[in-house]
Amino acid sequence: MTLAADALRTTTHPAAHALASEGLNTHAGALPARRPGPTNSEPKAVRIAIITVALLFLGLFIALPLISVFYEAFKRGWLAYVAALVEPDALAAIRLTLLVAGISVVANVTFGLVAAWAIAKFEFPGKSLLITLIDLPFSVSPVVAGLVYVLLFGSQGLFAAYLQAWDIKIIFALPGIVLATLFVTFPFVARELIPLMQEQGTAEEEAAASLGASGLSIFFRVTLPNVKWALLYGVLLCNARAMGEFGAVSVVSGHIRGLTNTMPLHIEILYNEYQFVASFAVASLLALLALVTLIAKTLLEARLVEDAQ
Amino acid sequence: MSIDIVNVTKRFKTFTALDNVSLRIPGGQLVALLGPSGSGKTTLLRIIAGLDWPDGGEVRFDGQDALARSVRERNVGFVFQHYALFRHMSVFENVAFGLRVRKGADKLPDAAIREKVNQLLSLVQIDWLADRYPAQLSGGQRQRVALARALAISPRILLLDEPFGALDAKVRKELRRWLRNLHEELPVTSVLVTHDQEEALELADTVVVMGKGRIEQVGSPQEVYDTPATAFVHDFIGESLSLPARVADGALYVGARRTALDTQGLGEGPARLLARPHDVDFAEPGTAPVAGRVLAVRTFGPTTRADIVLPGTNGDVVVEAAVPVGARLAVGSEVGLVPRRYRVFPAA
Repeated sequence: MTLAADALRTTTHPAAHALASEGLNTHAGALPARRPGPTNSEPKAVRIAIITVALLFLGLFIALPLISVFYEAFKRGWLAYVAALVEPDALAAIRLTLLVAGISVVANVTFGLVAAWAIAKFEFPGKSLLITLIDLPFSVSPVVAGLVYVLLFGSQGLFAAYLQAWDIKIIFALPGIVLATLFVTFPFVARELIPLMQEQGTAEEEAAASLGASGLSIFFRVTLPNVKWALLYGVLLCNARAMGEFGAVSVVSGHIRGLTNTMPLHIEILYNEYQFVASFAVASLLALLALVTLIAKTLLEARLVEDAQ
Repeated sequence: MSIDIVNVTKRFKTFTALDNVSLRIPGGQLVALLGPSGSGKTTLLRIIAGLDWPDGGEVRFDGQDALARSVRERNVGFVFQHYALFRHMSVFENVAFGLRVRKGADKLPDAAIREKVNQLLSLVQIDWLADRYPAQLSGGQRQRVALARALAISPRILLLDEPFGALDAKVRKELRRWLRNLHEELPVTSVLVTHDQEEALELADTVVVMGKGRIEQVGSPQEVYDTPATAFVHDFIGESLSLPARVADGALYVGARRTALDTQGLGEGPARLLARPHDVDFAEPGTAPVAGRVLAVRTFGPTTRADIVLPGTNGDVVVEAAVPVGARLAVGSEVGLVPRRYRVFPAA
């Protein structure tokens, strides 16, 4: 089910869209005589063919799998579906997933805000390096990210001796899962905020300071409200990814049923055990999450235009 | 409240924005900092506000060290170039901001804030816009909101960064006059940054002309226009006709021609002759100190201007001169120029 999250990840930045379209608008406003004419001058048959291909593609690769998830989940009826979800191991997986996602979202909101604030509002040495580092999780395979944590905190790892001495378990336990998820979801909030905050500049903060506002007051009364929709958007993407993450978590989790299995891992185990209904029932929850995310995302994109104005 | 700036220097990496600048602004005045972009005028304004810090020198308000106080403690009203209105707040909340962020004993009850904001909104004549958001306002309306917001903290000093820069010409003129009246009504010292000389000359009690991080001249609008202290000021303020010249054996040479013009006490060496276009008369080419060929004649409204090519020692120079009403100049004809009033400065 990482498919949905991946699809979300590759969408272009909505604020950029908003700005681009705004730029066009003002341009058209300045030159009322030269409105951009219709560009779809292709013959009708060609247009229909192109649209058909696009719709077929969408149906085949997105809609059909999504429908089949729900079809498989409800194959044995409502009772079997509910039974698969209230089963203790499934409940534990759901709880763990929610916990990990919750921690990741809070951590990434904090980090993302701080990093975006620093990058957008101040000049300091090493700024471009920081921006590159924030993007790193996008270019590293999640499995590699998980492996890095095993190498660092595993029983043969770099810090193994210290961790054993203090009796701290990271790998095959909650901290490892959280770390791996954090690594993967690290860029979402920051990436959303940086361009917007850079675009907005520091003038409003300066104005607030000249009116006597303290640093904290400026942050909560001016900076944060100005990026609230972008922040929510980042949280949405971050949450979807945190719940759907498979690769990185799989490496560090240890797949202990009822303890370190998140929903995606639980689905895999059930599937490998030929418990298709149970497997698809849990999967349907993630699919539902993806749908809710998509709807919320669409609603938010309209609001993002407000931020960028 | 008077403002003293003493030997202020500010560098951005290798660029010197302010080079040992000293200026005294008496309380209650409206002063314009006038200069081209890069002259350091905005930097000076930001240093007065506390938004930038000088590398050296002092800033004093009524004799008291202002640099010891941060921007939030200076109680200076600042109107930003693009207004910097809080985009997610209504006009009312924008103006109320400075009162709402007060803490402790200074905190006002909500009713008092409401009353003061309404007062300010009627002062700037936009009380009917209180519930609008900045994105729904015109440029002139935003300007008024920005001003009301800055005035909400009852500042003794009001700083305005290019306040009319983003407005169209008609609104600009109207707001300018209105701002001048507002300044008279309030007990504030106002400092205004502009690159628009007309704005500075019309609005300010004192004009401070800046160039390349230095103050070139401080004076009344009349003074800086009529008796520019340097060639830079002459060039920057009003229109100028500029000729490369040279002082040798007690006479002024323009090109290779020895003229009867006064050297104005300038020593030997390269010089520049500057005059206002309307202070130059046309004459017979043979008798005039300067002669050239008419390149083009342009008429807009009541004034007619002629471009005239003068042969110089380092290539030709094109100057613009005012053609008196009724006079006819043919393009291509030879014409002489006699500067009635002029200034001679050493060449930079």
